[in-house]
Amino acid sequence: MKTVRIDAKGMHYTPLNQKIRAAVADGAEEIILDNVLGQRFIGDGLRGNVRIIINGVPGGDLGMFMSGPTCIVNGNAEHAPGNTMDSGMLIIHGSAGDAVAHSMRGGKVFVKNNIGYRGGIHMKQYEEEVRPVLVVGGTAHSFLGEYMAGGIVLVLGIGKEKAMTDIGIGSGIHGGEIIIRGEVDDYLLGLGARKFKFTESDLERIAPIIKTFCEQFGYDPTEFLDTNYTRIGPASSRPFASKYVWE
Amino acid sequence: MCGIIGFIDRAKSRMDGSGIKAALSLMNERGSGEGAGYAAYGIYPEYADYYALHVFFDNMGEAKKKVDEILQLWGEIVHQEEIPNTPQPGLKKVHIPWRYFFKPSQNLIAGRMASENDVVMHIVMEVNEKINGATIFSSGKNMGVFKASGWPEDVANFYRIEDYKGYIWLAHHRYPTNSPEWWGGAHPFNLLNWSVVHNGEITSYGTNKRYVEGYGYKCTALTDTEVIAYLFDILGRQHGLSHEMIVRALVPPFWDDIDRMPEKEAMLNKAIRLTYGPALMNGPFSIVVGTDDGIVVFTDRIKLRPLVVGENGSKLYVSSEEAAIRTMDPEVKSIYTPRAGEPIIGRFI
Repeated sequence: MKTVRIDAKGMHYTPLNQKIRAAVADGAEEIILDNVLGQRFIGDGLRGNVRIIINGVPGGDLGMFMSGPTCIVNGNAEHAPGNTMDSGMLIIHGSAGDAVAHSMRGGKVFVKNNIGYRGGIHMKQYEEEVRPVLVVGGTAHSFLGEYMAGGIVLVLGIGKEKAMTDIGIGSGIHGGEIIIRGEVDDYLLGLGARKFKFTESDLERIAPIIKTFCEQFGYDPTEFLDTNYTRIGPASSRPFASKYVWE
Repeated sequence: MCGIIGFIDRAKSRMDGSGIKAALSLMNERGSGEGAGYAAYGIYPEYADYYALHVFFDNMGEAKKKVDEILQLWGEIVHQEEIPNTPQPGLKKVHIPWRYFFKPSQNLIAGRMASENDVVMHIVMEVNEKINGATIFSSGKNMGVFKASGWPEDVANFYRIEDYKGYIWLAHHRYPTNSPEWWGGAHPFNLLNWSVVHNGEITSYGTNKRYVEGYGYKCTALTDTEVIAYLFDILGRQHGLSHEMIVRALVPPFWDDIDRMPEKEAMLNKAIRLTYGPALMNGPFSIVVGTDDGIVVFTDRIKLRPLVVGENGSKLYVSSEEAAIRTMDPEVKSIYTPRAGEPIIGRFI
């Protein structure tokens, strides 16, 4: 396997991304970035099957418009990793900031610990086959899945008494689903969101996602396959119809 | 956008400005080079009993004469000088930054004003409203604001910010979106020992402005953030509220949240909302306020702007981005995102 190592210490994101693109063009299969600190836009618009290992804390919009690569972050991520991502995978061995998986169109974002506000905001999907996936190991702050139009958000609440304690879950959701381990208090649901029965077939559907998540972080998937979940989805396809038209 | 930083060493150990300059520069992307500034507490120990008045003068003629006259009406200037600065190729020196070390005299204020702080507030409002070519942008004791239009490094190098050592630091890089760019519009905004850096907008500015004007404050900075310094001065200094209660009044719980509270707590929160309705701040914001005894940090109630907290022993850091905190302290221990509307308060121990 062809590996390229880049020391990002003190480097601005423009030359850093130029080096990454040059390495990919040169046939690199693995790129290791050391001493990353706050560089934005890493891997943005990048195509191919390359694996990028990020040692440090990358800046905002990691993997934006990315199509194919896998980014593994050994640290926390800042705002909006996976923004409008097409395909590929982000694996974050830490926590992430606000608007994780913002407008994501495909691929997977796995966060080991917690995420900030508005995770999964405006995620979308194409038909049934292209569904973006966001899995959060810990918990998420308010407005999880806000204005969500498609895809799956899964919150496991590992190490938490309750997986979700912040309000506004699925506020304005009109497509896709939010699946949360355990019970969710009704007052935490946002406008336009409602609970649906979580069935055996739902569990079968999410089992492969849970297994892939557990593989990344070395968890045993058994306990996540034998537990209750709450499934939240749109109450209607046009939750705010009455706000804009008077009929 | 905007990038903000707050730092306090709760054990009062002082840090020079080089780390905060590097951290703010790391967030260059968050601003547009049209305003940057720093506030540092603990920098003037030799003049700790005197108000350090930092003033932008357009020239050293008429405006300077008028400010000297007002100060002499109320007290004594023990020292004054241009704030040391070094020309920077990327920064146009539009104003002359000047500093006075000033103390109101008891025999001049007796019967005219209730306290030294009232005198200084009066002087700041008079000068900023009435004297063309002079703006007092910092008026606390043993602290000072250093700000200008420019990029974070240029402003820091202009004021030689690494020469100052403080136990509280605030820093801000501005991205003006709906108000003019000028030196006085850069953050931090200050009155007495309150200093404010702010990322976002105060959409309730009109209501808040009318409220503070009712108490004699004049909004002259042509942007919304200054009103926060005045709100803290009213609620904190004049009304004697704790930092926690000030934040509760400015960003109170939603009525839905109050309905779920136990009766006693609900009553208190209702009373705060009714009493301080015109002080309630709306809009997207994350804010750090420097005070006499620490820093107060909070966001709007639905968290429309970023804020990260980090701690390492007696040191507490907050910033728009985690990377900025790690630039100041690579050994920082716990890093977390505070809840919307809930204050993070760092006090001296």
